[in-house]
Formats: sequence, structure tokens, C-alpha cells
Amino acid sequence: MIDDSKPIFMQIAELIESDIVSGVLAEESQVPSTNEFAAFYRINPATAAKGVNRLVENGLLYKKRGIGMFVAQGARHQLLEARRHQFHEQYIRPLTAEASKLGIGTQELITMIQTSAHTDVNGQGSVIND
Amino acid sequence: MTNAPAIQATNLSKNYKELTALDQVNLALEPNRIYGLLGRNGAGKTTLMSILTGQGFANQGTVKIFGHNPYEHDATLSRMCFIRESQKYPDDFRANQAFKAAALFYENWDEDLARELIEAFRLPVKRRIKKLSRGQLSAVGVIIGLASRAEITFFDEPYLGLDAVARQIFYDRLVEDFATHPRTIVLSSHLIDEVANLLEHVVVIDAGKIVIDEEAESLRGAAVTVTGNAEKVAEFIGSYPVLHRDALGSLASISIRTRLSQAERARAAELGLELSPVSLQQLVVRSAMGTEDNDTSDVNVEAMK
Repeated sequence: MIDDSKPIFMQIAELIESDIVSGVLAEESQVPSTNEFAAFYRINPATAAKGVNRLVENGLLYKKRGIGMFVAQGARHQLLEARRHQFHEQYIRPLTAEASKLGIGTQELITMIQTSAHTDVNGQGSVIND
Repeated sequence: MTNAPAIQATNLSKNYKELTALDQVNLALEPNRIYGLLGRNGAGKTTLMSILTGQGFANQGTVKIFGHNPYEHDATLSRMCFIRESQKYPDDFRANQAFKAAALFYENWDEDLARELIEAFRLPVKRRIKKLSRGQLSAVGVIIGLASRAEITFFDEPYLGLDAVARQIFYDRLVEDFATHPRTIVLSSHLIDEVANLLEHVVVIDAGKIVIDEEAESLRGAAVTVTGNAEKVAEFIGSYPVLHRDALGSLASISIRTRLSQAERARAAELGLELSPVSLQQLVVRSAMGTEDNDTSDVNVEAMK
């Protein structure tokens, strides 16, 4: 939900982005109107509009005149690409920094990641088998 | 900004004997936005709204509402609605009579909206206003303020005596109605956290002076509280402007006015420091307290918390 950490329009944009990535908002489906966002999150309609417009500018949403906003073709792919780029900054860099601080070598780190990925896959598998 | 201001105040000053209520206030409010007018008790909020609505005089300065001086200018006055915290009604008026009078005065009055609100607030419209509870009296003001759909509407602490449910009804209806009928709303409030997300622009007044006049969105995330080992906190905050300091033994918690970069956040984590956002309310409280040095009025800090 909405918090004080950053501008609300950015939070609205991120909420919509997450819904596109997770598939809650499918491509070519209609997104709620800015007034609906405003009423639901109890925020100023102009602020909600600013968040939605940001996604229009990025080509993730497009406007059908008189009908509303829709998720653009290829929006999910575009967001996944962007997140892949961020993955290095957000996860890999701090991971390697912490590893070198603790004296964990590159090879050891790779082994740890492989073991962890292996357990995750097994973990999921066993849930499905149950 | 392309919009001509709905409200323009230039060099407004107001003195009550030796007390300076307003000190050289300059303000331009654009049409169709929701403004928050925030500040401590006695900061000058009500005085300012009275002068802007032509119900009070300034000792100095000018007010233009849609380009006109509002004082005794009927055409301008009927475009404005001012709901006072302690709104007075004729002694034997009943609520429905107050609504009828408002319907005659405000040309955009929406009777259906008024009826919906009466029901939502469960207001006994046939009871004499004198006999209404404080909360019911506030509800009368809120209903008039919303249903009048005036081009400029001032709400001065509109929620006194309203319980949490009724306040939520007010905020919800305000957002809903504003979305379909945009207009200029000036909301004066102590309960900053409750209204923060509704505001587009924030004006903070303290001891008669404007101390903040900024977009709500640019204030959000514009300050951060750093908590941890006192030495490390001091090292981290460097020369950023400090809003507030708390200390407990070797532990310090300092709020600074800055937007931290990704790198700075990473560095804070490395130093073992905790970062937490500063709410609009805290930011306003800190800003208002910062100008306290030459403040001799008996304002109450507790009221802002």
C-alpha cells in the first residue's frame, strides 16, 4: 500500500508495473481509471493520474480515447527486461560485495548459488509431489 | 504554471494589537487543486482564510479571487464557500433550514449529494442546530462544504467531534466528488497524517509566516530518519540539514532533510544504520518547530502531534 518513503505517483506506477509483471493486468486489458485508483488508495486524483501518465510515457500503457487506459502489447516483456538490468545492481553487486567482505571466493560463491538454486527447485518439487 | 491563480495574496499582514497574526504573506493557489493549509494552533490559518474569503480585513496587502477583491463583491463571494471550525447558525435554525439557505446561495448546489451525505452522516435534519452534538455540527458544515460545489471551498478543521468513521466518510466523499467535479479545496488541518495523501500542495504557516509552500509529492520522501550508533549516525549525515535529533545513550536518531541516493542507502546499510521515512506530519512539525526562536505566542506543540 501507499507509504511515506517516496512520491505517491511513483508508488502507483510501481503497483501497476507489478500487476503487469505478475500477469494480474494482462496485455490489452483495461487498467482502472485514475478516479478508481484515487478512491481505492484514498489519494488525490491528480497524483494518481501522474502515476498512470508516467507509464503511458514509457509505452507500457496506452489510451483509447473515450474508453480508458490499456496495457500495451509487449509491456510485460519490456518490464522484465528492465528488471533483469536492475537485478545486477540490486542483488548481484551487494551479494559479491558482502561475499568479498566475508572472504568468500568467487568459486565458493558460485557453488553456494548452485546449491541454493538446487534446493529451491527440490523444495518446490516436493510441494507439488505432496 | 499556465493556470491563472484562483487565489492570490500579496504581502498580507494582519495585527491584533501587539500580536502579528499574519506577516507579509504571499500566496498563489491554482484552480482545481486540493491544498493543505497546515500549522499549529494560533499560527494564523483561520485569520488567513477569513481575509481570503472577504470576512476579515488585512492591515496591509491585497487579495485577488479570480482577479477580484472579494470584499463585498457578491459575484465573487458566491463562488466561495468557507466552512469555519466554529460555524454559527441562526439560533432556532434546523439543519435542513441551513441546507435550504445554502442551496439558495450557491448556484452549483447539488441536492442529491446533500441527501446522500445526510444519510451517510446519519444527521437528524429536523433537530435544532443548537441541540446537535459537536460531531453533528461538524457534519452540517461538511455537507454544506461538499454539496455547495463552490469553485473555492475552505474547510477549517472540519472534523472536530467527528469519529473515525465519519472522518473517513468525509475524506472518501471529498476525493470522489473532487474527481468528478474538480475545484479548489483548501483544507486546514491538524490531523496531517489523515489528509496527507489527499493533498496536492502543502502550505505550512507558522507565527503568521509561510514556512513551507511546496508540492506534496516533492515533500514525500524528502526527509529520512537515520538511527543507530551515534558516532556512525553523525558520520553518515555529514552536513545535511538536521530536522530533529533524539539520543538514547550511545544510540542516536536524527532526521535529515534530503533524498538519499541508492549509494547512500547502501552505505547506511554497511554502517549498520537503519533508515526510516519521515511522514509529512513529522516534517511539518519539525519545520514549524524550527522557526520557534522569536515566537512568543502561547501555541501548543501537543496539538500538532
